[in-house]
Amino acid sequence: MDLSLPRLFPDSGPLDERDRALVRAVQGGLPLVPRPYAAVAAAAGMSEAEVIARLRRLAAEGVIRRLGVVVRHRELGYTANAMVVWDVPDDRVAGLGRCLARYPFVTLCYRRPRRPPAWPYNLFCMIHGRSREGVLAQVEQLVRECGLDALPRAVLFSRRRFKQRGAWYGGDARDAG
Amino acid sequence: MPTAGDKTLGLGPLERRLLNDFQHGLPLVPRPYAAMAQRLGVSETEVIATLRRLAERGAVSRVGPVFRPNRAGVSTLAAMAVAPEDLERIAAIVSGFAEVNHNYEREHEYNLWFVVTAPDAATLREVLARIEAATGHAMLELPLLEDFHIDLGFELEWT
Repeated sequence: MDLSLPRLFPDSGPLDERDRALVRAVQGGLPLVPRPYAAVAAAAGMSEAEVIARLRRLAAEGVIRRLGVVVRHRELGYTANAMVVWDVPDDRVAGLGRCLARYPFVTLCYRRPRRPPAWPYNLFCMIHGRSREGVLAQVEQLVRECGLDALPRAVLFSRRRFKQRGAWYGGDARDAG
Repeated sequence: MPTAGDKTLGLGPLERRLLNDFQHGLPLVPRPYAAMAQRLGVSETEVIATLRRLAERGAVSRVGPVFRPNRAGVSTLAAMAVAPEDLERIAAIVSGFAEVNHNYEREHEYNLWFVVTAPDAATLREVLARIEAATGHAMLELPLLEDFHIDLGFELEWT
């Protein structure tokens, strides 16, 4: 098992202790009350103004990639969810990854390591659709339009969802929504 | 009542706009729901009540930040190949870890896929080892190496 965890993004400085306290206080979501940042501030031991300023900075630095309503696809009728994986030559991964990421139905697109012989695939994307047939047609569209036809691939539709919630960054697990 | 094939799922216009138009750019002002309400031409109370209802029916997971992987903490995707008759038991053990946030069955020999997130690399390593010990299954560890996606949320189609 390879446990190396490379630093993936240009460092804008590590999170300080107050950032971490804030992350723990917001990881389960903002409370649905008129002044949610004030409520978070109380939990994180800082002022409402500091919470807002720190969230703004974390968003500007890309630590937070979006701030808003997080929907659950299945509950909104997007019941066909496929992870689609390709084995792509290393020098073509970035170009193909950027091509896939442009499509609105592609919700995630990552390069990950191969684990041969068990796992030969290094380019991953996620597609959420309303039907299996629709998702398979979207995969064919990606293959055609990004030029992936000659490359080995697998389509892994999801079956049961055992757990789905926001990531947990420490602190009391009950806080995570 | 929604009819079969009704893609709105019986959701009203305010619910649909809250789901679709506010996946990013939540206002960073003391009263963000009031700012949303102003844009929507409704009251702050109505926005909050509607979001609460959407959270109760499971359509909204939460309102808040989505962190870029490996910045606020460290995470990895992991997969296990589990005998089908044993999958439910093994999945329950995996889901029991607070550090596991997503856990799905997928159609493949590697049929259990989950994401593990921890505050730092040392903790992540330790949790992965504990998951392997608790399940008796080795995992493929597939950390993110490059992110090609710019996350602006997901455009919902209602028709």
